[in-house]
Amino acid sequence: MIALLRRDLMLAVRAGGGFGLALAFFLIVVVLVPFAIGPDPSLLSRVAAGVLWLGALLACLLSLDRLFALDHEDGSLDLLATAPLPLEGIAAVKALAHWLTTALPLVVAAPAFGILLSLPAPGFGWLVVSLLAGTPALSAIGTFGAALTVGLRRGGLLLSLIVLPLYVPTLIFGAEVARRGAEGLAIGPALPLLAGITCGTLALMPFATAAVLRRALRG
Amino acid sequence: MLGASDLVVGRGGVALLEGLSLAVGTGDLLAVRGPNGAGKTTLLRTLAGLQPALSGSVDVAPDTLAYASHADGIKPSLTVRENLIFWADVFAAPDGIAPAVAAFDLEPLLERLAGRLSAGQKRRLGLARLMVTGRPLWLMDEPTVSLDSSAVAALAALLQAHLAGGGAAIIATHLDLGIEGQVLDVTPHRAQGRTAPRGFDEAFA
Repeated sequence: MIALLRRDLMLAVRAGGGFGLALAFFLIVVVLVPFAIGPDPSLLSRVAAGVLWLGALLACLLSLDRLFALDHEDGSLDLLATAPLPLEGIAAVKALAHWLTTALPLVVAAPAFGILLSLPAPGFGWLVVSLLAGTPALSAIGTFGAALTVGLRRGGLLLSLIVLPLYVPTLIFGAEVARRGAEGLAIGPALPLLAGITCGTLALMPFATAAVLRRALRG
Repeated sequence: MLGASDLVVGRGGVALLEGLSLAVGTGDLLAVRGPNGAGKTTLLRTLAGLQPALSGSVDVAPDTLAYASHADGIKPSLTVRENLIFWADVFAAPDGIAPAVAAFDLEPLLERLAGRLSAGQKRRLGLARLMVTGRPLWLMDEPTVSLDSSAVAALAALLQAHLAGGGAAIIATHLDLGIEGQVLDVTPHRAQGRTAPRGFDEAFA
């Protein structure tokens, strides 16, 4: 499993892996927002937390369709399925690799992008906390969606349609934590709920993903 | 090593081949022949446990076989060495990659990116990948595709060595590799009346 994680990280960093694409997309979304709604700092600072969360969530989608599709095309998935690794383990490692290569850079960059949207000072810490607590769920759900669409040509769009509704609870509570933090309110139950969603997702999704992969391998 | 009795295999719930019984022991080579679309790939995938048999049973220990599809399972942005080490790690191969590298003469290519290899070299790497799994039973789907005649001869020699070393192989191929072995022609086993059940939709099977 460590070998698989190491390979996926290596593939992501090498040319053609799409590493940094999500980050660039996130940056572009954040830069475009002031053009769309106007440069007024007080308006921007009110929507900053929500826009940052939405941008990070959409950026997370970008590399999902390659998660299993490449391994499926080149036959690696068949051999992995007959390897002495449980498919559940493969699914978990894939989700972890996606989080490390796509979501973690977004979490790290989010405070810098927050400056562009004049996020209020108390919001930076809570933005990072909410993203750290929420993005693992995005990766786990996305891995499930990637497994669902693995055999399909042009499955990327369908993948977004399947995954985005499943992202709604995470977005609601994640953005709520960041917004309350930015406005200096008490965080309240939003953070425990967000963490709960993430924990539940992490516990269940590898099994759902593995079941769907088995289905896909039947061809 | 592998046995199957009264096997019915199919795709999407529709039987393709039925009444198959086969036994492969140590040192055996089984060549699966048949026209395109007869179900050779489906049979191999079923034997590999990648899809369930419609009926009948396959009797094989799951840690004895390695399956190679048409594709080589090679990552173009990794070097030859990295590709092989990955599979050796996944399969916890006791000997590492050295024997496979030697067998397929990959030593001079080790630091090359796999994406820069020629088709024949890629195939050699793909076969080396099969070897580093350390599994005794190879299931190979059309291993001679895109190989020139000298590479086919090399593959045959390698297979012979594998069989002599206590391995076994089941190969779907149109070419005669010139190795003594059983031949399973699937043509007489093709399922009759291949009509889909009413209301059957392949997408939801």
